[in-house]
Amino acid sequence: MSGTPSDIKLIDENGIRIDGRKVDEMRPLKIEAGVLKRADGSAYLEWGKNKVIAAVYGPRECHPRHMQNPAKAIVQCKYNMMSFSVSDRKRPGPDRRSIEISKIISEALEYVVFTENFPRTSIDVYIEVLQANAGTRVAGLTAASVALADAGIPMKDLVPAVAVGKAEGQIVLDLNKEEDNYGSADLPIAMIPRTGEVLLMQMDGHMTMEEVDLALGYAKKACQEIYEVQKDALRRRYAVAGGAAGDDDSSDEEA
Amino acid sequence: MPGDLLDGDKLRPGAGTYVSDGKIYAALLGIKTVKSNYINIIPMGGRYIPCVGDSVIGEVEDIGPSNWLIDINAPHPAPLHVNEVPWRVEFGDTARYMNVGDVILAKILMVDETMRFQVTLKDQGLRKLQDGQIVEISPSKVPRVIGKSGSMIQMIKGYTNCRIFVGQNGRIWLDGEVDDIMHAIKAIQMIEQDAHSFGLTERVKEYLESVTQQTAAGSE
Amino acid sequence: MGEEVISQIKRGHIHKLLTMGRRVDGRGAEEYRPIVVETGLIESAQGSARVKVGGTEVVVGVKMDVGSPFADTPDRGVLTTNAELIPLASPTFESGPPDPAAIELARVIDRGIRESEMIDLQKLCIKHGEEVWINFVDIYVIDYDGNLFDACFYGAVAALRNTVVPAAEHGKGDDYPMPLRHFPIQTTAVKIENSILFDPALDEEKVADARLTVTTDENGDLRAMQKGLTGAFTLDEVKSIMSASLRLSKDLREIIG
Repeated sequence: MSGTPSDIKLIDENGIRIDGRKVDEMRPLKIEAGVLKRADGSAYLEWGKNKVIAAVYGPRECHPRHMQNPAKAIVQCKYNMMSFSVSDRKRPGPDRRSIEISKIISEALEYVVFTENFPRTSIDVYIEVLQANAGTRVAGLTAASVALADAGIPMKDLVPAVAVGKAEGQIVLDLNKEEDNYGSADLPIAMIPRTGEVLLMQMDGHMTMEEVDLALGYAKKACQEIYEVQKDALRRRYAVAGGAAGDDDSSDEEA
Repeated sequence: MPGDLLDGDKLRPGAGTYVSDGKIYAALLGIKTVKSNYINIIPMGGRYIPCVGDSVIGEVEDIGPSNWLIDINAPHPAPLHVNEVPWRVEFGDTARYMNVGDVILAKILMVDETMRFQVTLKDQGLRKLQDGQIVEISPSKVPRVIGKSGSMIQMIKGYTNCRIFVGQNGRIWLDGEVDDIMHAIKAIQMIEQDAHSFGLTERVKEYLESVTQQTAAGSE
Repeated sequence: MGEEVISQIKRGHIHKLLTMGRRVDGRGAEEYRPIVVETGLIESAQGSARVKVGGTEVVVGVKMDVGSPFADTPDRGVLTTNAELIPLASPTFESGPPDPAAIELARVIDRGIRESEMIDLQKLCIKHGEEVWINFVDIYVIDYDGNLFDACFYGAVAALRNTVVPAAEHGKGDDYPMPLRHFPIQTTAVKIENSILFDPALDEEKVADARLTVTTDENGDLRAMQKGLTGAFTLDEVKSIMSASLRLSKDLREIIG
């Protein structure tokens, strides 16, 4: 978090941000479930200028073997940014940042997955960022939980996530790239709307207790909104099926 | 959808659900059904998880001196021990009977709490499969392909004259004339694609009627 | 790239169909699966494309930067091609640095672009011997359903044709489109027993004995080839694949362009 260069004004006198949003307004969010053929579950997400694909494989044999847990499945997430997703080309392969993000996303997802149903297996979640514009970890996590549901993995709930922060002395929802670069605080958070459980949270920068309070309020409201978009994506995945719930009670008889 | 509250007054939580604070919630993306006081979610997707007694189509993926390792499209492969085959196999002689890449119609013999499985070939109709073709569908769509009391699969068999085995693990084996196999596969793919839509049976029937008449006309 | 076993039954079915001159998905021997091309989807790249060939899907981005030329080509821009077979794309792909399969793939794509002189690298020289444009063509496979060679090539070509040299950003005058000289098209065929099939689907690839990739330019001349896998072709087969490749390239060029 560096100080605001004098030539960039992140919020104007009317409280309008660089991209035309109000302080508590989110960028447009679109999610599509089931976009890949080979993966067991997948989701494509566009959030502002962020473009992210998430895929799930599993439960499947756990590699490396020594990570196997005889009592439950492990959730292994790999978050990666494609080399051209950022303004300066990023060298392919994991760096310290992506390894940390992968770890905290794995942990957040492991909380919602009923891992005890699948001993000795791994549920592998891959997040690829095609285009990055601040907030890719929350975008990745939001897409990943949709992909998990699409893969038919039993889970407590979907996991919406968003970043809140501070720019020009004001609390803002869903930071864009400029606010992320020149703002004074960033707080990504994932929260299950129904229970209020916080599954991922980080913060860097400088905020007062009161400001954090306001930021968390914004985040809570936004997570509810994101949650609805996630559910809508899953609903549309089976739109052709449109309410054909159990039209005939098929039996499991062997042919 | 995962996390959805299921209005299950007086109902008990069944498959694909969980209980939190005394209320029943969905754990899966799927369709809600109620069966004998239990509320269940029938999944829309997901991997095959073996149950004892399931008929499955497996592929030999490795051979040991006294067993074969069978890929059954589950999270772990299932061993098939020489005692569980209808032949007398000497120690170290396993490869003479079945080799890597061979396909079998087997039954799940055992599942333990750490998801270790075993399969058997010792039951009526179980055997090594030869010729024909294998197609794979999502295991959650297997009941649709079979249909109510086997009606769907009987219809496909009837129109195409194919022999068909549907494994609970989402693998389907078909044998017959090449064109008939192709038509049957197309019908199965139609079912998988539109598994939960209205009028599916009619559409599959229409398709099978059109292609079987076509070939009948073509062969004249 | 991990090995995927294929059952004897599927193998037998493919062979049986081929003796009748048919393919598993009903296509003709020289028929490609549907190809879908989308360009310019990545704003953070100077050029980009997302290409589907049947169920196979790739995303390609071109990044350009100013750097030093190689000593032996002081008047030419630099081309670097990289392919990532990420585990998102297939249960058989593993994480980690590119394995031999990914490196062969990237090098074949690179050769097709370089040897066809698709890019006018001399026009990417800024100051002789000191400053040139460096092109990074990064290919990510996101869904693997057979014939990566062609899907990746079409993605790379479509992305390069969509690229704008970011001169203004680097204080090198106005932006201008990527200087192009030729429009190469590549085809890939496999041999299964005595049949030759173009654009192999995943199951066909698994039973293929030999593979031949052929790159031709818009004048009908050959620019690059790569034979792969453990089987062999006869010279007649090679010649027939080359002429079929040329035939197919006309339609493919329309689709990619």
